[in-house]
Amino acid sequence: MIPTLLVYGLVNSVILALYALGFSLTYGISGLANFAHGALYILSGFAAWNLIHHMGIPLLPAALLSVALTGMLGFVFYWVLLLRIRGIALAELVVTFSAGVAILEILTWQGFYGIRYSLPVFLRGGIEVGGVAVDYQRLLVLGTGVVLVILLWLFVHHTRIGLAFRAMAQNERTALSVGIESDWVGSLSLAMGAALAAVAALVVLPLGVMESTIGYEVLIYALAVAIVGGLESTVGMILGSFLIGFGQVAAARFIGAKWMVIVPLAAIVVVLAVRPSGILGRFKELEERV
Amino acid sequence: MPDRKGIYRKKRLDRGIKARADTIYLIASWREIFYLLLPRAFPVGFLLILPAVLHGYWQKVLVFACVYGLLALSWDLLASCGLFSLGQALFFGAGAYLAGGLNYYLHLPPLVTVPAATVGGGLLCAGLLAPVIRLRGVYFAMVTLMFPLLLMRGIETTGVLGGTHGLSALSPFPGETLTAYLAVLAFLACLFLFRRLINSDYGLVLMAIRDDDRAVMSGGINIYWRKTQALFLAGSVGAFAGALMTHHFQFLGMSAFALDYSILPVAAVALGGQGSFAGAALGSMILVPLSESLRALGGLRIALYCIILMVSIVALPEGLFHYLERKYHQFETRAEVE
Repeated sequence: MIPTLLVYGLVNSVILALYALGFSLTYGISGLANFAHGALYILSGFAAWNLIHHMGIPLLPAALLSVALTGMLGFVFYWVLLLRIRGIALAELVVTFSAGVAILEILTWQGFYGIRYSLPVFLRGGIEVGGVAVDYQRLLVLGTGVVLVILLWLFVHHTRIGLAFRAMAQNERTALSVGIESDWVGSLSLAMGAALAAVAALVVLPLGVMESTIGYEVLIYALAVAIVGGLESTVGMILGSFLIGFGQVAAARFIGAKWMVIVPLAAIVVVLAVRPSGILGRFKELEERV
Repeated sequence: MPDRKGIYRKKRLDRGIKARADTIYLIASWREIFYLLLPRAFPVGFLLILPAVLHGYWQKVLVFACVYGLLALSWDLLASCGLFSLGQALFFGAGAYLAGGLNYYLHLPPLVTVPAATVGGGLLCAGLLAPVIRLRGVYFAMVTLMFPLLLMRGIETTGVLGGTHGLSALSPFPGETLTAYLAVLAFLACLFLFRRLINSDYGLVLMAIRDDDRAVMSGGINIYWRKTQALFLAGSVGAFAGALMTHHFQFLGMSAFALDYSILPVAAVALGGQGSFAGAALGSMILVPLSESLRALGGLRIALYCIILMVSIVALPEGLFHYLERKYHQFETRAEVE
């Protein structure tokens, strides 16, 4: 019982962290709350499905292509829609949110739901870890989560673009004065956030059936994790995802599976009311949230 | 020097009717009285005639338009004190469930349940959102987006108040036309009350909270208490809309917390223009009949609202009403470039 809780809690937490990674990257760098995150997540899943089933592309190239396409969509999205309203928080929020809902509703209207739509797993089979049966796909999720976090850390600390990202996050005006263009960084951060959503989709979606309503759930989870952990802190984000992830698995085991959904919502409301900057969020506390 | 002959530019001049301020007018003739009255009296008269002229389906659409209009007005009131809500469905659902519950379990007539739900819904919403009233901007929007979803899940999980099946066979209003008149009158009353309110001293404080809350605090005003009052007002209006719809449909279900009720009011305000209430009213009067005539598209409707919302924010950020108002108050002539 306890090992099951630990293993599945761990997997669930990493899934949540994957959901939130792209969202908090975009927000942390350019202050842009991308409410279309969940829609981009599910859209990349359907893109991969279409590539595999209608164009006959094998799984791995299709996955890479769909990540690239979603990233490009994020990039275009910035230049077409967000450029004119950059800096008006409400307008950004409404535009990204409505773009997300539009994507999700169009997907539903196209009939993208049902058992037919599921992505194939990368690896079949499974092993036992400490007496608990785990399939390889779930281990792949764990591995992807760890690898992505390490890669991202290396990226933002050791590449020129990554350093520009951090500069923009710390102080936009100073970054401008040393020649970092904020629109390029903003659009690149949105593209990377979208691509990360796509990566998450491609490793997580094979665990279940694809449905466009999952998009709303992903958005809620990404928001929940980011808010609980602190929007700008990566460690806080990982901590938040573990808190909610284990909380969910525990709630499912001890109270009932239906209550899983309520955990993140309750966590958000409690954290925002009690400690609005999140568990590890430090700066921006006074100016923005309260 | 390039040859500029034959090039014209638009020359815009304000009409000479305004004296000293935007809201004080200098009236010298009947023509000017009509000039000022027409844009106010015409929509009111039009809306008052409509319930008597329309029948059946389009009368229902009118009720819908007024209900969404009320939600949009309540959104605009919250926005004018700096609270951006993405969860008007919370207000709507609270009113709907209060009215429906009172009617279903206690068999109270609509004459009692609607006022009770209006006041009770306002209190409930203000109470629920009071703990998060300190949040600003995006954060408040996030929490309000969560709340209706949370309550919907709560009702689904616990099965209270009808659960997933809802409550049916609630008592209706006496007569369709009466309902339509009730909706129209409530909508107009709310519109003009809010316009009056926002120009009073009380409204001035609310707008000051939006513009610079620190300055208001340093003026010795408790901004959280003011914001809670604004939440109560907005919540009451939304709850009234919910109660009206519940008795109109004679049915109450989880759909009272649906995303439609959150998105459409915001779309209406974004289309019509924020800050004047008339923009919110105009937006909902355009958007709802439009969406009804597009009902054949089915699920695509919400996608279409969202696209309208995006396009209108990106293309005409000031909103339709402010654009029309500017055009109405200005001469436009063509003048040759010298």
